[in-house]
Amino acid sequence: MDITGLVDLFFNGAVAQTYLPDLLRGAWITIYLSLAIVIAGLVFGLALALIRLVSNKAVVWFLRLFVDCFRAVPPLSVVLLLYFGLPSVGINLSAPWVLWLTLSLILAAFAEEIFWAGISAVGPGQWEASRSTGMTNAQTLRYVVLPQAMRLCIPPLTNRALAISKNTALGTAIGMPELLNEAQTALSFSGNATPLIMAAILYLIIFMPLMALAGSLEKRMAWGART
Amino acid sequence: MSQSIAQPMLDIHALYKSFNSVNVLNNINLRVMPGELVFLIGPSGSGKSTLLRCCNRLEEPSDGAIIVDGINITAVATDINKMRQRIGMVFQQFNLYPHMTAEQNVMLALQRVQKKSATEAREIAHRELTRVGLGARLTHYPSQLSGGQQQRVAIARALSLGPKVMLLDEPTSALDPQLVGEILQAMMDMKKEGMTMLVVSHEMRFAREAADRVAFMEAGQIVEIGTPAEILARGPESRACQFLSHGH
Ligand SMILES: Nc1ncnc2c1ncn2[C@@H]1O[C@H](COP(=O)(O)OP(=O)(O)O)[C@@H](O)[C@H]1O
Ligand SMILES: [Mg+2]
Repeated sequence: MDITGLVDLFFNGAVAQTYLPDLLRGAWITIYLSLAIVIAGLVFGLALALIRLVSNKAVVWFLRLFVDCFRAVPPLSVVLLLYFGLPSVGINLSAPWVLWLTLSLILAAFAEEIFWAGISAVGPGQWEASRSTGMTNAQTLRYVVLPQAMRLCIPPLTNRALAISKNTALGTAIGMPELLNEAQTALSFSGNATPLIMAAILYLIIFMPLMALAGSLEKRMAWGART
Repeated sequence: MSQSIAQPMLDIHALYKSFNSVNVLNNINLRVMPGELVFLIGPSGSGKSTLLRCCNRLEEPSDGAIIVDGINITAVATDINKMRQRIGMVFQQFNLYPHMTAEQNVMLALQRVQKKSATEAREIAHRELTRVGLGARLTHYPSQLSGGQQQRVAIARALSLGPKVMLLDEPTSALDPQLVGEILQAMMDMKKEGMTMLVVSHEMRFAREAADRVAFMEAGQIVEIGTPAEILARGPESRACQFLSHGH
């Protein structure tokens, strides 16, 4: 195959124009699903870490079991299990809900570990200093411990949130019209690889700004660093 | 006469503390009068820090009573968060909040515990920080301050809440020698303003000069107590005298 053939296969203007609307619709679904997953996953993960902070050994044991399971299992297996398994017990979740639920739970499991490590890294001296001024445990957590923990958490949380958001592409397996699925459909209809290149570029456009945002957050929280 | 009328500011009565059935404090009795500076000395592990930490219930006493300004802080009905505002504490490691400026470190409890407005809290913070000589360091973060400056912020943070008694646990032990003087000066200033203080420290020269009384602890008990002059007169058979006459 000569070079014009290659260009025609991967960078075909006519194909791009035809399928751009479909791909943009898919990209939009990917964006809002990712946002919903990141928000739910982080909120639930923080809640789990806070529960762990105030719980007895038995509760902590169950919590860690949940966390370890969801960290260990491949996301696709959970997606398939929920999508094809739940109807047999009378629960019907649509594809977007299955994807949202699965990835939120998995992100929550990872986020719990990260938040917990961050909270644990704030030494007992900080708690004692704050409590010694009459602050309650809740106030100490809110104003003294969590702000310090967050700084430690942001880099690993960003990595994890991005990695798990990318799994929205698993929607393809259960027929959800997110970005990758639209690209595949376009590929089979057109017999041309251009839609896949477009999808890759759209993924870059979606996720690159998020990485930049996380980087700037990290910088803003570098309090009092000597310059 | 006046002795019997005056009420101690800090009254530690038959205090016991054990960790996992190991007795760390064994029937401690100590009365600190208003404006008095009492030094706690003794070998490492004798229970000095534990005693101090019981006085604001960072450690829960196993038995006994601690009465601060007439209120039994060990009673179940006592609101400990309210009492802690009257009991200032200064730590060996300063324990400043690293994500807050000097000013914010002082303002936090004023706003969140005493519910003062930001303006009022800032005013108090400026006043207290100026008093410890840090009027020009208000917006510095702890990482931008020397150890001595950090410890002075910690002192201002404690004083800003208007405590009746100050507990200081080795406030100079983490400092470079040339920075110790500024903390001793701050303690001297507190004493001059009539603050009641219980201090754990190895600064024996300061103890001899500034302490009203020195209590010597060993194995969880106060085994000797008296004015520096009294203890120094006991001669080398007295362990307290050996400690107190030692070093700088
Ligand atoms: N949280 C704790 N758990 C168990 N033992 C402790 C704890 N805190 C202090 N101790 C023990 O209590 C004793 C007194 O300690 P401490 O009050 O720190 O002595 P000092 O301040 O005089 O050096 C030591 O033997 C120490 O190991
Ligand atoms: Mg100690």
